[in-house]
Amino acid sequence: MRYRQAIALLALIGLFVALYLWLHALGFGGPIKCGTGGCETVQASPYAVLFGVPVALYGVVGYVTILVVALVALRPAALPDGRWSVRLVVLSSVGVLFTAYLTYLEFFVIHAICRWCVGSAVSITAIWIVSLFSLRSPAIRTDRGASPPPQDQRA
Amino acid sequence: MNRFYVVLACLAVVLAVGTFTMLKSGGGAPAAATGAPPTVVDDGFRGYSLGSGDAPVEITEYLDFECPVCASFAIIQMPTIKEQLINTGKARWRYRDFPLPNHRYSRFAAHAAQCAGAQGRFFEMHDQLFYNHQWAQTGKDPSRLFRDLARAAGVELTAYDQCMKDGRYAQRIEFSRQEGDQVLVDGTPTFFANGKQLKFRRLPTSDDFKAVVDSIIASSRARR
Repeated sequence: MRYRQAIALLALIGLFVALYLWLHALGFGGPIKCGTGGCETVQASPYAVLFGVPVALYGVVGYVTILVVALVALRPAALPDGRWSVRLVVLSSVGVLFTAYLTYLEFFVIHAICRWCVGSAVSITAIWIVSLFSLRSPAIRTDRGASPPPQDQRA
Repeated sequence: MNRFYVVLACLAVVLAVGTFTMLKSGGGAPAAATGAPPTVVDDGFRGYSLGSGDAPVEITEYLDFECPVCASFAIIQMPTIKEQLINTGKARWRYRDFPLPNHRYSRFAAHAAQCAGAQGRFFEMHDQLFYNHQWAQTGKDPSRLFRDLARAAGVELTAYDQCMKDGRYAQRIEFSRQEGDQVLVDGTPTFFANGKQLKFRRLPTSDDFKAVVDSIIASSRARR
């Protein structure tokens, strides 16, 4: 349960990082708050748009999905179900691969580092690591030996 | 479990407020570049000029970037003037700022052009501001649009942002405006040919300037 809670909190942080970058890409606010010119260079590069959509929007959608799945997986009925952990691993793996591609572009193609992108990369990597741990440890122990014996229905 | 949802909700509120604050504080035209400076210092700058330094005629244009007539002149007449007079070496064109007080963002636009000029992109920014002049009709804060125009003009935005934030050329623009007052500029665009104010009954055309320049060249030849 703790792992899924941690995933939800990390997804929320990642969501707002991606949301800020997406709103900036849509024209809200002025210069991006970055500290260096790296964010501007990255946002202005042709790689900031993928299939006509700002890359940050993929991040928003991805983090919302992970957040929703994590919250659904925290329902009492879903806690013993290990398949929710597998779903979180799959989702975060897709996110990590996408982030790895974007980080590669920043380092080797654009030659600029956006601190917000680094923040998002840290979030999704942490989610991925936590999701792997959650895979190894079931949300609730379902050890049959520890369950109370069935009650005798006879009068 | 309940405590977790309280933490999640608190985190969401903090992050939402933080995002909203960053977006809000990031926008807006910096006051230093929008208003008149408290003091004015002559930095020796006398406007960006287009054309040969040896041209016999210098036309000085006092302009306001928010002025629609200036935009119309820049778009319709200047291409022909460049072709007939500037590129042929007959005239040199000098731009001076004369932001009118009734135009909210004219100083800001002039400042954007100066910050672009600091990177050798004044004329590109001048064209961007006039060829995309819809900003002057909306009354909306154009700071975001100007950044896009600066980017399109080939301006490096980190230095541009700092220049605009500092209001680095506010005094230069005000000096130009005061200079315009001294030479009796009473509207925009106002033109001078070799220091003498040109009076037109209507917005001058490229033909009018060709006639003025040819006349000055002919009279200087006759004097020799």
